[in-house]
Amino acid sequence: MNAAIIDMILNKRTEIDELWSEEIADYKTTTSTITPYMREQLNKEFLSLLFNHISQGDISADGTLERFFDKVLRANMPLEYLTQGLQCFRRIVLEIITEEDIQKNAAFEIYREVDRWMDPILNSVVENSSRLWERTVSIQKSALLELSAPLIPVFQHISVMPLIGTIDTERAKLIMENLLEGVIQYRSQVVLIDITGVPVVDTMVAHHIIQAADAVRLLGSTCILVGIRPEIAQTIVSLGIDLSLFPTKSTLQKGMAKALEVTNQQIVNEK
Amino acid sequence: MDIQSCVEVCNEWDIVSARQLGRNMAKELGFGNVDQARITTAISELARNIYLYAGSGKICLEPVEQMGRKGLRIIAVDNGPGIRDIRKVMEDGYTTSGGLGAGLPGVKRLMDEFTIDSTIDSGTEILATKWLR
Repeated sequence: MNAAIIDMILNKRTEIDELWSEEIADYKTTTSTITPYMREQLNKEFLSLLFNHISQGDISADGTLERFFDKVLRANMPLEYLTQGLQCFRRIVLEIITEEDIQKNAAFEIYREVDRWMDPILNSVVENSSRLWERTVSIQKSALLELSAPLIPVFQHISVMPLIGTIDTERAKLIMENLLEGVIQYRSQVVLIDITGVPVVDTMVAHHIIQAADAVRLLGSTCILVGIRPEIAQTIVSLGIDLSLFPTKSTLQKGMAKALEVTNQQIVNEK
Repeated sequence: MDIQSCVEVCNEWDIVSARQLGRNMAKELGFGNVDQARITTAISELARNIYLYAGSGKICLEPVEQMGRKGLRIIAVDNGPGIRDIRKVMEDGYTTSGGLGAGLPGVKRLMDEFTIDSTIDSGTEILATKWLR
């Protein structure tokens, strides 16, 4: 890197510092609840990091940059804070340098040089945050799959599958698999599917439930649909979905009573 | 009142966000529990149709007012292949995808007003309105 340019920038450090701090202070955020003091510290660290980048070489390679990003994102500051800070810094540096009396060629050279410093940082900002984002999404996706559809054996020959949350195609497949495997594994004669936690029952969800119940029937067991809320009952009727093929109950409790009856079991109080 | 909120529908999770938007708007307008469920179910059906048959499109929701009545209108627009025989898709049990075939006739029953407009190879637009009682 051109030592003359570095010197020029470092000589103007206080000036750049002032302008940059002024501009970045204008940047308002609604997502973060960071205190003004912490905010100032963050700004200072950001700026000194940028100066280090200029005077000591690339910071995007050795991890200092990553650590700073983590800190910023943990403070709930948006990505714009970083990109705007960088853009603002680039602009100020260029403005200040070109204020000096220099040749057109030299100015062009300086532009290129500044771009060459700033671009790796910008790139790694974008790369880092998108990687972080991807990781979050994939973690949440697998977390969602984990709480997907457990089949719980409750009494002899009776199992319950509580469904909670939105049912999409992937979950529907999982529900079917877990249901059928569980029925065989636990030798269930009756399976209660509880849809109390399913927010919307549309034709697709109903279709998947019907298919699952049908498959359970083929295995020789009975499926009872429980946890149908009044408003869900109304929408199912309006949609014209026929659920008469298998028994339904309003609550898990009633379904359990029915299941005990079907399997010839009784819960008795011991005196 | 012409504040319109739109949700682009390109994958299954967009159906969920369209639905949530619908539920929030219905709640704000003062719809009861049952009507909220009706509206969200209708949005779910329409959004799923977009996802299944057109690939992508959008669901727009707007509060409407007519002759002193307030309501919520769902506008489902796509640029998909269009519907060949509208009378047939409005029949119960007609399906081209192995589903229950209750979607569109179901939406018509769930909502108070329902219009469908479709052109082959250029897309479908469905308007469905629910009035506040």
